[in-house]
Amino acid sequence: MGLNKEQIARRIAQELKDGFYVNLGIGIPTLVANYIPEGVDVVLQSENGLLGMGPFPFEGEEDADLINAGKQTITTIPGSAFFDSAMSFGMIRAGKVDLTVLGAMEVADNGDIANWKIPGKMVKGMGGAMDLVAAAKNIIVAMQHTNPKGESKLLPKCTLPITGIKCVRKVVTDLGVFDITDEGFKLLEYAPGVTVDEIKAKTAGRLVIADDVKEITV
Amino acid sequence: MKKVFAGADEAIHDIPSGATLMLGGFGLCGIPENCIAAIVKKGINNLTCISNNAGVDDFGIGLMLQQRQVKKMISSYVGENAEFERQMLSGELEVEMVPQGTLATRCMAAGYGMPAVFLLAGIGTEVAEGKEVRNFNGKDYLMEYAFDSDFAIVKAWKGDTQGNLIFNGTARNFSPLMAMAGKITIAEVEHLVPVGELDPNSIHVPGIYVHRIFEGKNYEKRIEQRTVRKKG
Repeated sequence: MGLNKEQIARRIAQELKDGFYVNLGIGIPTLVANYIPEGVDVVLQSENGLLGMGPFPFEGEEDADLINAGKQTITTIPGSAFFDSAMSFGMIRAGKVDLTVLGAMEVADNGDIANWKIPGKMVKGMGGAMDLVAAAKNIIVAMQHTNPKGESKLLPKCTLPITGIKCVRKVVTDLGVFDITDEGFKLLEYAPGVTVDEIKAKTAGRLVIADDVKEITV
Repeated sequence: MKKVFAGADEAIHDIPSGATLMLGGFGLCGIPENCIAAIVKKGINNLTCISNNAGVDDFGIGLMLQQRQVKKMISSYVGENAEFERQMLSGELEVEMVPQGTLATRCMAAGYGMPAVFLLAGIGTEVAEGKEVRNFNGKDYLMEYAFDSDFAIVKAWKGDTQGNLIFNGTARNFSPLMAMAGKITIAEVEHLVPVGELDPNSIHVPGIYVHRIFEGKNYEKRIEQRTVRKKG
């Protein structure tokens, strides 16, 4: 049981507020754009140099000079702006981007994140992840709660090489929604069909349960 | 002032083996296709390439890797290239991974005449190893040096005979920063126009930074991830 990828994206979309500038990473985070709540106006930032990212183009209207950070063809919308890579990371560094959503391999209960390198495997690089996690003021991680071996990805300490320290604010997994607090992961909401005990068993890092813990509605 | 060259072969004629090159582009978007082809033809090697990505197996910097022309890559992400992976794992190719914003800002610093910048990215990670840390307002920052490059090679949408450049869409990415950073900057453009034809308000890189310019030919402008939606 638990949430599927679309539902994780849908739950994260509930965190969007009117007027937010948002950077969405590759994978589940990209899906968040499909569930922006009605009446909430957000501007999507693509770190290769675009604010105001529109939907994928219609067939035959693709433009090689217009892609997102995942190298997919995209479109502009009214109000879009292009800029160079230094300005793009400048606005991230200066705290102008309100929310960053990205995937992770591991998150520690103090907010450390690991998502760029597995020792012994081909290193593809960190891309913009280290810049984003170092500077963004509000970071939500979207990921599966456990790895394919069934081991917790919510840990007391990251075992993989770190991408950034003490930076994650919230984690949304297939099992629940967690804030990072001084006491560790704080379970705010659990997925339909998932028990708090199951979440306790599958969370290796420090875990506290919110007094008003409730079921996720998506 | 003669900046206009006949083509890529002439514009890159004096790049020696062992040079450090900056190459503009994000993925395959906005890469200097004509200059890369000319470098492959010229056969120089031992190159150090500063570029966000390393192309794919049969396009972009991937073509230079196939000919074993690259000694070292300085990039933020190199995930789309099997030959790159083979050379890296066998030790033939030296690779330095730099966070993307740090890469951009180190180019920018060079173009603005700043020897170094202080950046948050990489604090507490292996990127910080061996680097000077300075604390400002209670936060630690890494000191990152401006890049030093012999040649910057970029592709723009339009340019004029004085070297003024305008980029198109997200093909801008690293190119203006690199254009400003090169000791010698070579710009290939889709449309080369007489001086006076470009609106001064629209110029992204003023010609003072550009030493050589030519109109490129036969742009393939390959799309890496063609993604579309259905009408209706």
